[in-house]
Amino acid sequence: MGQTLYDKVFERHTVRRLPSGQYQVLMGLHLIHEVTSPQAFSMLRQRGLSVLHPERTFATVDHIVPTHRQTRPLADALAEEMLVELEKNVAEHGIRFFAPTGGEQGIVHVIGPEQGLTQPGMTICCGDSHTSTHGAFGAIAFGIGTSQVRDVLATQCLALDRLKVRRIEVTGRLRPGVYAKDVALAIIAELGVQGGVGYAYEYAGEVFDRFSMEERMTVCNMSIEGGARCGYVNPDQTTYAYLQGRPYAPKGSAWDRAVAWWDSMRSDADAHYDDVVTLRGEDIEPVVTWGITPAQSTPIGAPLPRPEQFEAEERALIDEAYQYMQLRPGAPILGTKIDVAFIGSCTNGRVSDFEEVVRHIQGRGLKVAPHVKALIVPGSQAVRNELVRRGYDDVFREAGFEFREAGCSMCLAMNPDKLEGAQLCASSSNRNFKGRQGSPTGRTLLMSPVMVAAAAIAGEVADARQVFHIPQEAR
Amino acid sequence: MDDSKRTVVIGPAVPVRGHDIDTDRIIPARFLRCVVFDGLGAHAFEDDRAQTAAKGQPHPFDDPRFARGRILFANRNFGCGSSREHAPQAIMRWGKGIQAIVGESFAEIFFGNCLALGIPCAVADEAGVRALMARAEAEPAAEFRLDLAAGTISTGDLVVPVTIPEGPRSQLLAGTWDSTGELLAGRDAIAQTAASLPYFSTFA
Repeated sequence: MGQTLYDKVFERHTVRRLPSGQYQVLMGLHLIHEVTSPQAFSMLRQRGLSVLHPERTFATVDHIVPTHRQTRPLADALAEEMLVELEKNVAEHGIRFFAPTGGEQGIVHVIGPEQGLTQPGMTICCGDSHTSTHGAFGAIAFGIGTSQVRDVLATQCLALDRLKVRRIEVTGRLRPGVYAKDVALAIIAELGVQGGVGYAYEYAGEVFDRFSMEERMTVCNMSIEGGARCGYVNPDQTTYAYLQGRPYAPKGSAWDRAVAWWDSMRSDADAHYDDVVTLRGEDIEPVVTWGITPAQSTPIGAPLPRPEQFEAEERALIDEAYQYMQLRPGAPILGTKIDVAFIGSCTNGRVSDFEEVVRHIQGRGLKVAPHVKALIVPGSQAVRNELVRRGYDDVFREAGFEFREAGCSMCLAMNPDKLEGAQLCASSSNRNFKGRQGSPTGRTLLMSPVMVAAAAIAGEVADARQVFHIPQEAR
Repeated sequence: MDDSKRTVVIGPAVPVRGHDIDTDRIIPARFLRCVVFDGLGAHAFEDDRAQTAAKGQPHPFDDPRFARGRILFANRNFGCGSSREHAPQAIMRWGKGIQAIVGESFAEIFFGNCLALGIPCAVADEAGVRALMARAEAEPAAEFRLDLAAGTISTGDLVVPVTIPEGPRSQLLAGTWDSTGELLAGRDAIAQTAASLPYFSTFA
């Protein structure tokens, strides 16, 4: 019986079995940022340890950067302190830093792929749960805590348990107006927010075969929201075409050797899976969350579920969600007035996300509803520069969107971009947890960027296929 | 290393009811703007506390009856969401300091982060957790005893079986949960594995 990519990567990177029964696993790439690394460097210093592989460690600043004006010192003294701490740590340990002044700064999960640092067959970790994003390249990539950041800095290794592998196949084709984000939310709705505990997810099937790298990243990004530590797609020509020519990608004859090795890491045709789940692409509708976990979602046209549709033990959480979100069971989600629209984040802040929105709003004279604050926040400076080069910034501004600097922005509001009071936000980000967007009573509806744009223009939750007249024949 | 061993945790409990309590609720993101963990304890569950207080029912973390709590009782999928260690760091710094958690299930990264700090996350079944929470609420002063070697949590006549996966359990019992030393011991093997991976030498 053959092996999965997960098996192969895990075995190739296993250093040894630890006395506890866990495995000591080597990390190929360690990404760090300002939120979860300062305490790790302090611990390193306390123990008199140095960074074992600084050349495999890369840093950026993303969570705390303002997206309005980024001049130093940052207006928020705490944010400035975090940035200074990171600058000090990378300088002391000789770590490459994609600084805000260099044109390469951005969200850690956007710049890794962009720089060609993220490659197939690697193990990748970062003190951030959405590290699962990098699995789109056929890497085993996952988020870690600060004590583990310390471990990786000191030893380039982690103590890990071996995961089971669930293959999630999405067959057929998606219908027009249905995007990678809808696939991610549909999978979480199907399997639940803890359905992935103990599993690595292997995403496969025609829909993933046809997806671009950016679409694959969107789904892998949200693996963690389904409880899976990591998710991946086997590398293929789409992967290689994306990587070729990137700054840190192999070049010349090394490229050919790399492709051969990457091919060898793919799951074997007869690989063993612990579980297989199949979804039909045609069945997936545009999805909107209505609750306080990413699994609490509904197809856009359906009425909100009634508490009695859930098992008794789920009821308390369902009631809590309705109370917090101020929504009514059985009512349509369509037509719910929104206050804020946010397109960005490590889930949906890449060029193709904005390109798809521009495709629908350009030249149509569509305007953001007067009562809506709508933010366009590129995931990196490179994404921003590309959008400007194409003139999309003007398209967005003319339609009434604010066009901001790169950063995590209103995904988790560790920067000045925050909801106020009980504002309702249509968001392309990944979490609708209570208080997630900076106000303890702020409310988040997760949806695809095109759905966010439709909501911004309609001023309420809307079906993008109607707002933008997206034809419903197969694409 | 004896002070690293986690064989038993004894103390009063604080029950926090609810499934899928995420890391953003445990410590709201706006408190993560810090370069040290020290001040996080005061903000544990801050927004949940304010919201339950507004309804006239104190959150367990505000309830004076549970102020001495050392063991946290939780329901299903506790600690889902972010990989930020700030969540367990906040809990261990709250009040007298939470030293163990007993729940129906835990999010994986949260479990690992707790282990890295020497905080056992023990799993009891639904009925067991229900009994534990009821007892803590009825007798807030009751001292619970989490015995990792025996695999039980008990108080008075109530004994509830708990499990922890064997690897983490042995690390807690042996006091080897601080993984850095363990990983450093494999230094030569690290270099060998690195040399065997073609990308470590950029496919040269």
